[in-house]
Amino acid sequence: MISIEHVSYKIGDTPIISDVTTALPKGKVTALIGPNGAGKSSLLNIIARQATATTGTVEIDGLDVTQTDPRILAHKMAIVSQHVGVASRLRVRDLIGFGRWPHNHGRPTQIDVDKIDEALSQFDLEPLAHRFVDELSGGQRQRAFVAMGFVQDTDWVLLDEPLNNLDLRHARALMAHLKQMSAQHGKSIVIVLHDLNFAMSWADHIVALKNGQVAFSGPTRDVAHASSLSDLYNTDVQIHAQGEQFFVAHHGPL
Amino acid sequence: MFDKRLIVLFICLALASGVFLTWGLTGRIWFILELRSVKLVALISVGISIGLATVLFQTLSGNRILTPSIMGFDALFLLVQTSFVFSLGGVGYAGLSDLTLFAANTLVMVVAAVALFGMILRRSRKDIHLMILVGVVFGLMFRAISAFLQRMINPSEFSYIQGAMFAQFSAINGIELIASVVVLVMIGIWLARHCAVLDVVALGRDTARGLGINYDRFQFTTLCVIAALVSVSTALVGPITFLGLLVSTLAHSLMKSHRHALILPAAALISALVLVVGQTYFERIMRLQSTLSVAIEFGGGLLFLILLARGKTL
Amino acid sequence: MHKTRPYAWTIATLLILSGVSIFVGVGDMTFSGLWLNPSEMQLLLISRGPRTFAALLSGASIAVSGVIMQLLVRNKFVEPGTTGTTESAMLGLLLVTVFAPQWPIFAKMAVAALTALLGVLGFVFLVRKLPPQRPLMIPIVGLIYGGILGAGATFIAYQADLIQYIGVWMSGEFSGVLAGRYELLWLAGGLTLLAYFSADQFTVAGLGRDTSRALGLRYGYVLALGVSTVALVSALVVVTVGMLPFVGLVVPNIVSRIMGDNLRQSLPVVAGLGAGCVLLSDIIGRVARFPYEIPAGTVFGILGAAVFLWLLLGRRSHV
Repeated sequence: MISIEHVSYKIGDTPIISDVTTALPKGKVTALIGPNGAGKSSLLNIIARQATATTGTVEIDGLDVTQTDPRILAHKMAIVSQHVGVASRLRVRDLIGFGRWPHNHGRPTQIDVDKIDEALSQFDLEPLAHRFVDELSGGQRQRAFVAMGFVQDTDWVLLDEPLNNLDLRHARALMAHLKQMSAQHGKSIVIVLHDLNFAMSWADHIVALKNGQVAFSGPTRDVAHASSLSDLYNTDVQIHAQGEQFFVAHHGPL
Repeated sequence: MFDKRLIVLFICLALASGVFLTWGLTGRIWFILELRSVKLVALISVGISIGLATVLFQTLSGNRILTPSIMGFDALFLLVQTSFVFSLGGVGYAGLSDLTLFAANTLVMVVAAVALFGMILRRSRKDIHLMILVGVVFGLMFRAISAFLQRMINPSEFSYIQGAMFAQFSAINGIELIASVVVLVMIGIWLARHCAVLDVVALGRDTARGLGINYDRFQFTTLCVIAALVSVSTALVGPITFLGLLVSTLAHSLMKSHRHALILPAAALISALVLVVGQTYFERIMRLQSTLSVAIEFGGGLLFLILLARGKTL
Repeated sequence: MHKTRPYAWTIATLLILSGVSIFVGVGDMTFSGLWLNPSEMQLLLISRGPRTFAALLSGASIAVSGVIMQLLVRNKFVEPGTTGTTESAMLGLLLVTVFAPQWPIFAKMAVAALTALLGVLGFVFLVRKLPPQRPLMIPIVGLIYGGILGAGATFIAYQADLIQYIGVWMSGEFSGVLAGRYELLWLAGGLTLLAYFSADQFTVAGLGRDTSRALGLRYGYVLALGVSTVALVSALVVVTVGMLPFVGLVVPNIVSRIMGDNLRQSLPVVAGLGAGCVLLSDIIGRVARFPYEIPAGTVFGILGAAVFLWLLLGRRSHV
């Protein structure tokens, strides 16, 4: 479980997150949703230790993220980046290989090679294995980064709006993978999502942020109603059920 | 580790060194050989320092256009040196042994560089052009302050201007050379052990930390190493602004890899090769003194403009 | 701030600085002594006076040419001293000194102006190729371009054994200014005055070629006028006193932050502040290691660079 206790976060004088307390369940897919500027990405960054909270604590499976040795945390959680600031050209296989660093510290073994091969096939990257990362399309690059996070073999995987550059097929495939990682391999996924339909369809648990505070949180079916979502996004939202799927309707004239 | 290309480079360097030592050897052979050997060791040391420092800095800054000298590292070293002379006074300065001076200069340089360039690096990933401009202007300011101090120390001579502007390969200090070689060997050992970590560091602060690397501590150590390397090269011969850029570009083009285990040795060897061959050409064949550094500035500056205009590396 | 305040402050400061400049230096001079002692009056007329005027004129004209270049290139962080113009002028001067040292000063100046013009055009051409959404690339390119030209000049100087001249030209100084050796600078002053009368045209030109044309401005003409002024002023100053980098960059930026960019109002202040900065640098250069002199260019190299850094790192609102 990731427990977030009274976390606040400011940039300069502007408060981004104000006194957020919530818990993210283990072994489930948790979506962070909310309007622009609600603080979703900032909260994820604080959990991922890429930003430091002004007040409050974040614990991941009992370990305080700011106090624990980064090497231990690297075995606990993987953060899927959006980009990598590398000056020299990396091949896809090399990039994914870096995800094994916490395990092999630069000395790859057969296990690592096998894991990389597995990731390449899981994420449809086999034909691209020897291409340079900067030559890929946005969507392909995104999948490579997810593969890198996957290969790190951690209990928790954190993703910040990974679907942005993906087409329908790959977005669905990615969410399906994440769901599978959680259902079959017991991994815990925390994902910031912009698109409500994806959140409704794939997330087990939802944390909704508005103006830096928790609007509501809990299992998806329990807390995500038309009324709570309409309040959250300040626009009329309706939910339709179609068989197993839920369809969030938020278009049409105002 | 022993890539074919690296071996070829090494052989080229050995050959070039041989030519440097023996070209036009007449008269008092042993005396001349001794002089040339000293110069050769200096050239190779300077080459290795610049090559290594540039690759390391580019790893930290995340792009292939910045180099320590463009950012003003060597101008800073000159300033440190000049400030020492200024504050100790001519007599006091002459009283200290060469070794003490070298150590003191290097130490102050490391402290100043880590403070200044740590600050710059922290902001540089957000706005790279701003940081390039800041670095270049810092370099100009350091040179201006050095010139000012030099005038305060010695108000009536012009010869210092040459020394301050471009590198001189003629007057090498023996003690400094030995100290430099020792420093280089130590740094070489450290690099050999940390090549793999450097590969991860190159991915950027967030990604590296996510993989468990203590990025801030490693950046600090690497900056110290860079500062020490720049001290070595600037103390021996003076500032050469664009050699690092030239060399790093060549090294990446040749090795086509992200691995520091390949790039670092390549950069060091290419850099030494350029200096030895260049000096042989200008000094022996063309009989033009003091122009190697000018030629490097000219060519390297052009390369910088081309890379900048292409924008691919930013 | 009242409209009159900047003008008043500028004039007052300049008068004070000029007064200081006249009385500072090697050689005795007191206010009463001026009237009583003919040799002191000589000193004033031949050395101190011209030196003061030279500093004021070069500072004013460089600052104004900096504004012009900033408008033409549409970037706040450029000036002739940091974009290769002065290095080009120096290159021309160097070539003349090597090949035709016996030519009169006017001819040498003309050659320097010609090479300076080529230098400016080269820079403007380079800038056209750069992406406009990366404004800071322009000053970087300018600095490196100037550095390359400087390296070229140094190379020629080494071969022709003129390296000492390069050293003198690269850090502008006023110690060699005497009556009869600086009058070219009045020409620079005249050009600056002309620029003032064209101030509005330059302001519009600063909006870009398409906008200017749409507003009815003869853009090509104004561009040619601006480029020529910049080249000519740079050549005049380099030939007479040497390079004074950062003046043309830092002064207009500071005035812009205080008064905005309406050239009709701000140009006199730019000229005045430029004049004051250079004169102040010269005074500091005279007293810092009295009786020796440190070049004004070196002094302002430090001050100007520091202010430039402050401009870059302090408030990053717009370029």
